[in-house]
Amino acid sequence: MAELLEFIHGFGGDLFGGLWPLVWTVVKIGILLAPVMFGVTYLTYAERRVIGAMQIRVGPNRIGIFGLLQPLADAVKLFFKETVLPSKIDRPVFLIAPVLTMAPALVCWAVIPFSPELVLSDINVGVLFILAISSLGAYGILMSGWASNSRYAFLGSMRSAAQMVSYEVSMGFTLIPVIMLAGSLNLGDIVESQKDMWNMIPLFPMFIIYFISVVAETNRAPFDLPEAEAELVAGFITEYSAMASGMFFMGEYANLILVSAMGSIMFLGGWLPPLEILGFIPGLIWLALKICFLLFVFLWIRATFPRYRYDQLMRLGWKVFLPFSLFWVFLTGAVLHLTGLA
Amino acid sequence: MVEQLTFYLFALVAVVAALRVITARNPVHSVLFLVLTFFSMSGIFVLLGAEFLAAILIMVYMGAVAILFLFVVMMLDVDFTQLRKGAINHLPLGIAVGIVILVELAAVAMNLHLSGEVNPALVEQVPNTMAIGKILYTKYLFPFEIASIVLLVALVGAVVLTLRKPRPGLKRQVISEQLARTREQSVEMKKVASGEGA
Repeated sequence: MAELLEFIHGFGGDLFGGLWPLVWTVVKIGILLAPVMFGVTYLTYAERRVIGAMQIRVGPNRIGIFGLLQPLADAVKLFFKETVLPSKIDRPVFLIAPVLTMAPALVCWAVIPFSPELVLSDINVGVLFILAISSLGAYGILMSGWASNSRYAFLGSMRSAAQMVSYEVSMGFTLIPVIMLAGSLNLGDIVESQKDMWNMIPLFPMFIIYFISVVAETNRAPFDLPEAEAELVAGFITEYSAMASGMFFMGEYANLILVSAMGSIMFLGGWLPPLEILGFIPGLIWLALKICFLLFVFLWIRATFPRYRYDQLMRLGWKVFLPFSLFWVFLTGAVLHLTGLA
Repeated sequence: MVEQLTFYLFALVAVVAALRVITARNPVHSVLFLVLTFFSMSGIFVLLGAEFLAAILIMVYMGAVAILFLFVVMMLDVDFTQLRKGAINHLPLGIAVGIVILVELAAVAMNLHLSGEVNPALVEQVPNTMAIGKILYTKYLFPFEIASIVLLVALVGAVVLTLRKPRPGLKRQVISEQLARTREQSVEMKKVASGEGA
């Protein structure tokens, strides 16, 4: 492996000269994003099949074996459809919005560690980086709703932005006890700190609140009020067609995978195996399994719960989650101080 | 070389975006350009090795403050051509404020170079976050606490300003009451004789 890398570096250095570090970074980004995009396409398939099974339906099973080629067919369809631009939109903002929704979800993968060595950028403020970049997702949605010049879209984007800002707060507070236990903002250090016990065990309530908050943060059912079809047609996506709306969906699914990866790293021990004896299985596989489990729970929740009302959603975020997670931060601090672990 | 290229890229975007903030006709576009300026500035912070400040800048200013800005501007529907009409009368005042801010910034910048004191966060080989935390909770504890209390007062003030006496007869949903209901309290079985039900 090391020899291969050396060969690639030597070859690339000859070919590109001083620009090689830049080219190499782009190559690494490509290698990182390909599996993510693959995950995104097959998550749409998994969602339809899993929810189908839960509702005793079949789900897509016509294209390819078990319908495995369905995502490809969907992608082709989206590509060949005409992108309809309504006449009274703010064109540049309208077109940038879907890109801005999808880009943050992909950028965050730069700091996700897949194993002790396998991380694109091992920065010391990994957690903050993810919180910061994912908070930018609200811009895409706000911009799309405003630029569409449509009431449904505008209402949807207003709801969504308020919801994302509110739940970001409680999500941030659920991560603080984890940071306190690890004593670091580096995601790799946080995983290593869970060697003896996954954070899920001492911080179980925080794990639950984190999960519910990210369901709201990613605008998924039962908190999918921005696109509540009974009230708002499709919310901020109403005026988008073809690949533009496809990008919103890809952003949503990429975000889902990202928050699942984040949950696995913060609470489920990232690449660490659940038992010491299972250590022969590579960490990458453990992380993938954990992400898949959390994704399954997302789909499960969607198939199970009815949609929340908007005021109830806000009440839950501000009056229940925020005080409780603040209390838990205090409690964690007190316990760490009294036991002298900090 | 890559670092310098990146710096010029960020700096160029920041300056152009900052100019567009004041020249854009549409107030929503202005706010969006302001956001772009913030983003480029945080990029420059990263280049300086101040990754904590960069992340906080994005999180606080772009993730919260500017979003609320955008909210207000989108909702208000301000007619800016109307507002601009009297702008020329206020030009002297505007220029005066601009000059004051410029002089103040210049004074700060001069002091930074002349005092010769190097930022301790850069000297110690510890993570940036730790260095800032240490200095904030030891040397600057008092100003830090004062700042938090000022923010808290502002927060409480905002809540008090919007607080109204509840109207009489207002129905509120109390979730704990709803959850505490039992079957006996809510459902009653009645035997209705055939043909006599309502």
